[in-house]
Amino acid sequence: MLRISSGYGPRPTGGGFETFSWYFFRVSGVALIFLAIIHLILMHVTTDVACTSYQFVAHRYQNPYWRLYDWLLLTLALLHGMNGLRVVIDDYVRNRGWRLFLLSLVGLATLAFFLLGTITIVTFQPVASALQGASCVTH
Amino acid sequence: MWSWLLHRVTGLAVLLFLLVHIVDIGLLSFGPDVYNEGIALFSTGIVRVISLGLIASVLYHAFNGVRIILIDFWPRGARYQGIMFAVVMIITILCFLPMAYFVVAPIFQPGTSAVALPM
Ligand code: HEM
Repeated sequence: MLRISSGYGPRPTGGGFETFSWYFFRVSGVALIFLAIIHLILMHVTTDVACTSYQFVAHRYQNPYWRLYDWLLLTLALLHGMNGLRVVIDDYVRNRGWRLFLLSLVGLATLAFFLLGTITIVTFQPVASALQGASCVTH
Repeated sequence: MWSWLLHRVTGLAVLLFLLVHIVDIGLLSFGPDVYNEGIALFSTGIVRVISLGLIASVLYHAFNGVRIILIDFWPRGARYQGIMFAVVMIITILCFLPMAYFVVAPIFQPGTSAVALPM
């Protein structure tokens, strides 16, 4: 039988990291409902994926608030998801050595992906030709 | 139990996609040609069908997340958790169907698919 995760069940009251984690799942979850679902609609419904091209991003990122939006989505989803992965590892990996190894890997990966995503969003400067008209890609 | 297992599996699936997505967005730094080649991959039929799984996962995980939060904070949440699970499934399906249509339709009508709305 599967074990119930430490993040599940009654509200933790002990203080400390597990309590923080429990509230963080819920607070970031509420924000992600809007951030993630609006993002999905914008990128897959009102614009077809084929048209989410470099040119599309170039136009969109003229507005700094879209960069902020995307950075919030990146940060909250990554921390929420990687924290979830931490809970899953705690649940299933019983061997202490392996657990320490995998949790360290999750920590390092979180940092690496956060840096890659942040650098991409902050440093993006479109080549000039990209601002002349939107274009869709074909395959 | 099943709702919990599904919540865990969909959460991990969306996380896996997020990691891939951070890398493909990273291609922006290498200019239009490199980036658009990556996007072309996302608009192939196979990847469109796979992305239906992503959309269904996000929708279920989001709505079931609301259910978890209601069970935690609404005094009568635990009593209605079964009904709320049914509601989560119905809302997930109702949101999924129209979104799936827009994602899959371009496979059958290449060229006419989409209008890019620069924002
Ligand atoms: C869209 C809105 C979202 C809501 C409302 C939401 C809600 C939640 C909640 C309340 C939990 C806590 C479960 C617990 O305490 O055991 C949770 C767990 C989790 N979430 Fe989300 N989430 C959302 C988006 C995401 C996204 C975008 C990802 C992936 C990047 C994700 C990945 C996970 C994972 C991996 C877990 C751990 C599952 C487990 O411990 O069984 N979630 N989510």
